[in-house]
Amino acid sequence: MAYGDKTAVDGLTLSVAEGSITAVLGPNGAGKTTTLETCEGYRKPQQGTVRVLGLDPIADRKQLLPRIGVMLQGQGAWSGVRAMEMLKHIARLHAHPLDVDQLAERLGLGECGRTPYRRLSGGQQQRLGLAMALVGRPELVFVDEPTAGMDPQGRRTTWELLRELRADGVTVVLTTHYLEEAEELADQVHIIDRGRMIASGTPLELTRGGATATVRLVVTKPFPPGARESLRKALGEDTEVTLLDERSIRVTGKADPTTLAKVSRWCEENDVLPESLTLGRRSLEDVFLDLTGGLQLSEGIEHV
Amino acid sequence: MSEVATGTFTPKPGGAPITQQVVAQALMEAKLMLRNGEQLLLAVVIPVMVLIGGVTAGNAIDLDLGTDRPLVDILTPGVLALAIMSTSFTSLAIATGFERRYGVIKRLGASPLPRIGLLAGKVLALGCVQLVQLFVIGAVGQILGWTPAAGFGTVLAFFLAIAMGTLAFASLGLFVAGVLRAEATLAAANLIYLLLLAGGAVVLPLTAYGAYGDVARWLPSGALGEAVRTAFLDGVPAWRDLGVLLIWAVLGSTLTARTFKWE
Repeated sequence: MAYGDKTAVDGLTLSVAEGSITAVLGPNGAGKTTTLETCEGYRKPQQGTVRVLGLDPIADRKQLLPRIGVMLQGQGAWSGVRAMEMLKHIARLHAHPLDVDQLAERLGLGECGRTPYRRLSGGQQQRLGLAMALVGRPELVFVDEPTAGMDPQGRRTTWELLRELRADGVTVVLTTHYLEEAEELADQVHIIDRGRMIASGTPLELTRGGATATVRLVVTKPFPPGARESLRKALGEDTEVTLLDERSIRVTGKADPTTLAKVSRWCEENDVLPESLTLGRRSLEDVFLDLTGGLQLSEGIEHV
Repeated sequence: MSEVATGTFTPKPGGAPITQQVVAQALMEAKLMLRNGEQLLLAVVIPVMVLIGGVTAGNAIDLDLGTDRPLVDILTPGVLALAIMSTSFTSLAIATGFERRYGVIKRLGASPLPRIGLLAGKVLALGCVQLVQLFVIGAVGQILGWTPAAGFGTVLAFFLAIAMGTLAFASLGLFVAGVLRAEATLAAANLIYLLLLAGGAVVLPLTAYGAYGDVARWLPSGALGEAVRTAFLDGVPAWRDLGVLLIWAVLGSTLTARTFKWE
């Protein structure tokens, strides 16, 4: 897929298992939305094939559309329409819609049902968008950054709902640039960057560190100069110490029972107060940073 | 309808019957149009003001339009034509322009409603609004003493005029909405409306424009005005003017089909 001479998605191969949650993860501009919109039949691929529920999204659009639910990234409603009016309207276009009042209640849209769309908060607009995607009881839903702009409460409600969809046999494909969202929800994660797939697997597969351990140290004040080198010296040559930002360090390498103690002693000697010190498998963020080659590429990545 | 509990989301997809979808779309659009203050102003308030003002002022200054018919009998059909034009051209263009802008059309593009259903819904919505306009303007005309030609011929001729006028103006409105940005559509649709109101031979008959009338009758506004006037004054279809509207409809549809982008 290209826009003009800019290639947005190139040579991407991914498939989605029925009844699962698949996350397409990547920084802003990675090609997540383009990928989704190609599946939804909005864009025609210049090369390659796309099959959704066995159908061609362009040629078989008429058969496909009633079976999928789509949540766009923002907007998608008249500015003067009331929230519930819009939801009811979409429901009327379907043969067996969900009960709109209960769906709205579930998504916390009860109190803003009579509010015109333009006066809804960003989070409310997102939740209405999700409700519109679900109301037709689709087999497959595409949700584009479902929790962008939501408060933590709304985010958790949405996560619960997406899990419930999976439990009820709905296939969910979501894009996100929140790493924790992918880690939290997805059965399968595809990481894409600049239109190419750079990794895919279950969150566990992606984060499995093998024999190596990862220690993450976050401190309250910026590290003193030379911290990376001195910590590496304290731990031995086999470890790799990466400065993630001015207040966090990641250590990977062979771990033994003394590793944590060594880090802790190093903190004491260097007069830094740990905010958190964790030992464990790599987080999806570590994987992502490794794959995309460092911080400058991950500017679009945010923490939940 | 099922309960929102475990098993709620068990897939049961499907589009509603197409007629239900089209009716839902039409009612939604008509409702939004009639609820919007500016649109209502354009659809009902301005035509009614033109009618009352025109008849009152015209009678006061003894306006001569070159016919022996009462002024109200000439102006009421003209104002009905103006109302049809405002709805099918200006309102439709503005509404569609902003639907594109707000991603409504994109959103509906992912629903079971097909493009043709969306288009049918829009036309039906225009019909609903026009019915309201006909009722209000007709009632005001009656109060002012309007006596339209009676009989089946009038009804048929008026129906043909509305149908052809709506087709012509709606296709042109969609053309404008398809090629311009939402704000530019708003400006252009209003400007064209004002120009046609003033010099388009829609409210006033061609005879009032002298030699320019020969030009104005080829405008969609002039043709619609004449077609509606002929229907109510003479009770017969004005085939020539209906033909002019058909030409505009073909032109507008062709341009729209070539240029319109749903997003």
